[in-house]
Amino acid sequence: MKASAYIAGVGVLGPGLCNWPQAAAVLAGREAYVPAATVLPSPVMLPPAERRRTGRVVKVALGVAGEAASSAGADVAQLSSVFTSSGADGQICHEICQALALPAREVSPTRFSNSVHNVTAGYWSIATGSQAPSNVLCAFDGSFAAGLLESLIQTSVDRCPVLLVAYDAEYPPPLHFKRPIPDAFGVAMLLTPEQTTRSLARIEVTLTDEACDSMAATQLESLRGAIPAARALPLLLLLATGAGGRAIIEYLDVSRIAVQVDTCS
Amino acid sequence: MTPLLLAQFTATSCIGLGADATRTSLIEQRSGLKRCTFETVDIDTYIGEVPGVDAQGLPANLQKFDCRNNRLAELALQQDGFLESVQAAACRWGRRRIGVFIGTSTSGILQTELAYRERDPHSGALQPDLEYATTHNSFSVADYVRRRCRLEGPAAAVSSACASSAKVFCSARRMIAAGFIDAALVGGTDSLCLTTLYGFHSLQLSSAAPCRPFDVTRDGISIGEAAAFALLERAPDELPGGSVLLLGVGESSDAYHMSAPHPEGLGAKRAMQAALNAAALEPSDIDYINLHGTGTPSNDRAESQAITSIFGPTTPCSSTKGATGHALGAAGALEAIISALSIQSGLMPGGVNTTQIDPTLTAHYIRENRHAPLRRVLSNSFGFGGTNCSLIFGAAG
Repeated sequence: MKASAYIAGVGVLGPGLCNWPQAAAVLAGREAYVPAATVLPSPVMLPPAERRRTGRVVKVALGVAGEAASSAGADVAQLSSVFTSSGADGQICHEICQALALPAREVSPTRFSNSVHNVTAGYWSIATGSQAPSNVLCAFDGSFAAGLLESLIQTSVDRCPVLLVAYDAEYPPPLHFKRPIPDAFGVAMLLTPEQTTRSLARIEVTLTDEACDSMAATQLESLRGAIPAARALPLLLLLATGAGGRAIIEYLDVSRIAVQVDTCS
Repeated sequence: MTPLLLAQFTATSCIGLGADATRTSLIEQRSGLKRCTFETVDIDTYIGEVPGVDAQGLPANLQKFDCRNNRLAELALQQDGFLESVQAAACRWGRRRIGVFIGTSTSGILQTELAYRERDPHSGALQPDLEYATTHNSFSVADYVRRRCRLEGPAAAVSSACASSAKVFCSARRMIAAGFIDAALVGGTDSLCLTTLYGFHSLQLSSAAPCRPFDVTRDGISIGEAAAFALLERAPDELPGGSVLLLGVGESSDAYHMSAPHPEGLGAKRAMQAALNAAALEPSDIDYINLHGTGTPSNDRAESQAITSIFGPTTPCSSTKGATGHALGAAGALEAIISALSIQSGLMPGGVNTTQIDPTLTAHYIRENRHAPLRRVLSNSFGFGGTNCSLIFGAAG
């Protein structure tokens, strides 16, 4: 009961983390972690009309997806993808619920179209022209693990590269107080079935009863606990240090996933 | 792909609770659509509402999950001995060897919609008793089903809009093929809520009359609600008579528009061809197609073009959404079960509500029921974001 693949590219965006090389330097201890609001790039890969309509989940997802795919040298027009997050666009959800609570109940058609959980996958497909399959998952705080499992298994069963994109962004108040995600965080990984010249590491995933790993650095540990997609940090730490090893990551109430990381030399 | 057995299945929609009632409605060509009186909704439209959802209780240990969506899931799980079959499968395979993959588009968002009306007038805060994680969040229904069935394998909600609960079959297929699990509880649940009723209305995609797929006067969807589930397993060597298999799955993306299909149905065509390839079948092997067939002008035109380009103009096809309404994230699973019932009953269900087939649509749309042995049925599901999924089911043997 295990699945494996090779990681050929990584993308990261989060509070104080502006791309994978900088995030890796922070995680490996070569650079200090300076918490700061997540800076989300404009999704320049989208046509201007679409770009104007995108909210924060689309910006963070396309940002990390683009970084991982380009650093892996992947042909995005042919790429299968797995998107995973705890929620859809929180701002849009709030605005629709607010509109529905007013007597007129005027819901914006554009907001409604963009309210779907797979809004990120839809815009990625439009941006890249990829007609390949895209799967969109949610497993609440275990969403990263669910996505990693899905993408690893797709890579190994269908023998094709798969882009995993895990992301979350905050809800505005009052929903924020029900689901207090503080900021946007995204991580993407390009997985391939075979080792390539771009491979960073081989990873193998199993289910386990062991407890989740935490981050030794206090601020990174609070980030890991605060944003579901940041549950990936123990895995990113192993990739950043290049040491390899094993990371236990939050998944379901009855099980976690164990990721064995073997760095490619 | 290696065929998988639908060891048990069930469906609950506005045309019936459970498989027998659903089959009877299809045979009688009965539509469950009625004028919308849901909640306080003031839209002139028709909906497919499941009776008895509000009265459905949840087990005492799962009260935090209480919302319309999980009540509908519970109501459906109680039909056809489905819960008992799942427990038998848990004994057969082990609880950790059965995955749970449930499609939904809006989960229990109705709870939050209602809570926004009751915000604290001073602070704007939501009521303390609103349980976000176990009602509103997309994972809620998948988590409810796995806890209700005490299954401990991999689990996720699949939320790809109106293709969600077709795509669960693809996720389960891969995980079984990888040897990660031996069986999966797959399905979908979507329930009526204000976001979808007012949202589709704002896009001018919902009809003021009962939806009329492929009709020359079609002008939009009728929103429905449904819960449908199947237990997918590795097929044993000896299959009981009447068994239905999942033979092929195909997925694609349109890469075109968030809420409009590719005008020539290129994504749909790609998904259908991928399903045929996975099943190692030719177009002529398909006896009947259960269409996505929403009843919007653009969907039906694109889907008809895609079908004609692969199957030609003779393969019988119909949409059952005139009967059930469009169950959105549950539509894929509902129509998968309808496809399985069609195979078991030798029934091609004629599309109801449609009176004059659009002559510009070249696919062979049937309005009357046809009775004939059905070996293989293809079912289409497409969604916002340009996501497409086709499934092929077949009779065993």
